[in-house]
Amino acid sequence: MAYAAPGSRAKSAPLMGRDTEPTIFEMSVEGRRAYQLRTTDIEVKPMGAYLPVEHLATQPVKLASVSERDLVAHFTRLSHRQFAVDLGMYPLGSCTMKYNPKFCDTVANEPGLAKVHPGTPAHLTQGWLEIFVDLENRLCEITGMAAATLQPAAGAAGELTGLLLMRAYHEARGDARRRVIIPDSAHGTNPASVTLGGYEVTTIPSDERGLVDVEALKGALGPDVAGIMLTNPNTVGLFEEEIVEIAGLVHEVGGLLYYDGANLNAILGVVRPGDMGFDIVHMNLHKTFATPHGGGGPGAGPVAVAAHLAEYLPGPRAQRAADGSFEWVTPHSSIGRVHGWHGNALVLARALAYIEVHGGEGLTAVAHHAVLNANWLKQRVAAILPAAYDRPCMHEAVLTATSWKKANDVRALDVAKRLMEEGFHAPTVYFPLIVDEALMFEPTETESLQSLESLAQALEIIHAEAQSDPQSLHDAPRTTPVRRVDEARAARQLMATEDAAGR
Amino acid sequence: MANYLPHTESEVNEMLAFLGMKTLDDLFAHIPESLRIAGGLNMAPGRSEPDVADQIAHYTSRNKSTNDLVCFAGGGAYDHEVPSVVRALASRSEFVTAYTPYQPEVAQGVLQAIFEYQTMIARLSGLPIANASLYDAATALVEAVNMAAGATKRSKLVISAGVHPHWRQVVRTFARGTGHELVIAPLRDGVTDWSAVNCDDAAAVVASYPNYLGVIEDMAAARHVATAAGALFVVGIDPVLASVLKTPGTWGADIVVGEGQPFGTALSYGGPYLGLFACTEEQIRRLPGRLVGETVDVDGRRAFVTTLRAREQDIRREKATSNVCTNQTLMAVGAAIQLGWLGTEGLREVAERCVAGAHYAADVLTAIDGVSLAAAAPFGREFALRLPIEASAAIAALAVDGILAGLSVAALAGDEDAGVADPHHVLLVSVTEKRTRREIDAFATALGKLVK
Repeated sequence: MAYAAPGSRAKSAPLMGRDTEPTIFEMSVEGRRAYQLRTTDIEVKPMGAYLPVEHLATQPVKLASVSERDLVAHFTRLSHRQFAVDLGMYPLGSCTMKYNPKFCDTVANEPGLAKVHPGTPAHLTQGWLEIFVDLENRLCEITGMAAATLQPAAGAAGELTGLLLMRAYHEARGDARRRVIIPDSAHGTNPASVTLGGYEVTTIPSDERGLVDVEALKGALGPDVAGIMLTNPNTVGLFEEEIVEIAGLVHEVGGLLYYDGANLNAILGVVRPGDMGFDIVHMNLHKTFATPHGGGGPGAGPVAVAAHLAEYLPGPRAQRAADGSFEWVTPHSSIGRVHGWHGNALVLARALAYIEVHGGEGLTAVAHHAVLNANWLKQRVAAILPAAYDRPCMHEAVLTATSWKKANDVRALDVAKRLMEEGFHAPTVYFPLIVDEALMFEPTETESLQSLESLAQALEIIHAEAQSDPQSLHDAPRTTPVRRVDEARAARQLMATEDAAGR
Repeated sequence: MANYLPHTESEVNEMLAFLGMKTLDDLFAHIPESLRIAGGLNMAPGRSEPDVADQIAHYTSRNKSTNDLVCFAGGGAYDHEVPSVVRALASRSEFVTAYTPYQPEVAQGVLQAIFEYQTMIARLSGLPIANASLYDAATALVEAVNMAAGATKRSKLVISAGVHPHWRQVVRTFARGTGHELVIAPLRDGVTDWSAVNCDDAAAVVASYPNYLGVIEDMAAARHVATAAGALFVVGIDPVLASVLKTPGTWGADIVVGEGQPFGTALSYGGPYLGLFACTEEQIRRLPGRLVGETVDVDGRRAFVTTLRAREQDIRREKATSNVCTNQTLMAVGAAIQLGWLGTEGLREVAERCVAGAHYAADVLTAIDGVSLAAAAPFGREFALRLPIEASAAIAALAVDGILAGLSVAALAGDEDAGVADPHHVLLVSVTEKRTRREIDAFATALGKLVK
């Protein structure tokens, strides 16, 4: 078949050279300045007129002194040394790097949202409270839950909030429980959150299908189990088909089911965690609802719960009052605040805008096309990079480079690095931990067939090269702003500031 | 409705045929039929962007922003200038639409910006190490007390009532999981009375510089309490004032946390903000979140990479010191840009203008009969006013005149966490470099009329 040029391949991205970009401190010239401040007509006396002298700094804190022109040039050049979704395909498994609509940026920049002080009384911020109520309703419909908190600032914060809700629920019953069960394929945040929630982790193995080993789960269950944390589809991209039985088993011993929403994109409008039997759900709005990742945040990790947990939710929560106005209400058995204010409000507004533009059908189409793309890519490259599990995948495909390692001593990392030279971001590698030489591709729904085909062709080129010239893969990448970096040296001779670097 | 999916109908059919399928539903055939949503989601149909923009306009018309109200509210969220240049650079899509820099070869932009940010925050803190950001100040304090508990193998936290009430409330919430015991040292006339509590066996002694009522407290006394208890000394800062005050490191802080919102982040109704976190080298193995370090690539060129990764949750799992993964990188990049724009002199000038403006405001406001400072202690850019009427009533009335007079301490803190008597009559007033003499005079005139 003949295809158009791939829209998401970034191999043409230009660079002016391979020199190191100086730090802003290296560009600094004492006395140079960029800032300008408003005329206030207020006299500024020496600080000793206002503050006790023993508190005053004797030396100013040294920052950089650069011109506005140099500031712009520096950060623009830095931006040119950064791959991003807007540049090209970013099939980083588990991260849902879909296109982020520009419309949502505009929403987040509205002065009526961005320039509102968080301590402004509710009667002056009815629009914000209504946004929170509308978003909570949509998220509850999408997940099949009863109520939600919007405060957690990221997925991990949502996890810990969910575990504290689990704890509050059991404690209210005078029921001290000790353990939380986690499959061995779980994200690392899950066990870390369990520990911070005051529970012990019991890890259960996955079976040869890549799914929860139900017999192992039965063995691990007991009256001291507070709950289980599951991702569904799970981290190998497979749907836990026995979820109803699993939910029954956990509920039978009085435990709760926690849904890690990292992979929610796969099931929008198809199935709902609440219908599967989950009691607590966190969502990663920066994944599923395309509020951008920002190079590692901000995210937002709302937590939705079934009705029997609503009274423990963090407060205050925005609610619609009987007269139709909106007010802050703290649930009567609330675990308390989990954020300094109301959560990552502008991220929440972006997510609501994304949901409103899509509507129910649009969100279902998102899941359909995300799963279509992942399955197509999996099958397209199966001859060179087989799937770790021979089952239909959901929104992402975990492939394995074991045969490459055996034949040519080429590893998943080498494939990932070489792929950058072909104009694509690398997939996630070596996760989940239970798959040897794992390469986890999540193309997302916003990549075209042409882009997927060009990715597949790039993998074929790399596969041929692995046999003819494996060293070429070990040497990759060669066209990027820097090549492979010495991570051991970074840790051994720690230089985490300009001062530590001795400049 | 949304139009972000590239697939044509014929392409969908071609792709399904390649998979041996007929319909998109076939992709989900392995999911038990009983679980599948029969009629789709119960939600309104999608609409075009211009149509949803109308809905957004409905919301924004019901909010009062700093375009409508002259802002004297602070309490950890400040109305500073964010210049065009900072907004333009921080909204570059290479920064906005990147993921966490796991592949350093194609992430040098974010990594170097974070390195520069870490340098600036470390210098402001007077400590050698700053991480790549946390969610906000409140959650940064949670990480700080967890670090202290890990370092001392103790679980008691002694926290000044001068620490922002929301920060204390968040620490209390997360202590439900860690089992930490909270002891709150009360305020006496706006200043922490450490002698009122037993600090023995404390993991952390937490002070705020300035405290949430704006008061510049005695850090030597707080350090002494921490040293006597064998606890780590944790200091919460206002990072703007940090440029005129002695650094927490000078006062002997082991850990510094703060709210980085004043550095280039809009008020944003409280988020996303920026959790600042700095510490001593002794604590580095317990550092929460990401850390960027400098190294070289295989050709010997300078390069940056996330480092000391063995601390983090994806490697250490249940033994990790923190569960933080996604943080607030974009806000940290914005802070580096804002601080680059301000520079050494600019940050200091902003802080000096805040302090001068706050003292001018305090003078004209306390000249009103019946209005006085709630604490007779030195303050920086924020102060607590005792009013003859309820603070919330004053705020509501002055909003009609186009002024956001401040925050009601009772509304901010609740009665239990306020740390001052009769908090319903206490108004927390903050002044930034943006506030003019004319605006402050108008505030005083309006308040004077109201309480007459």
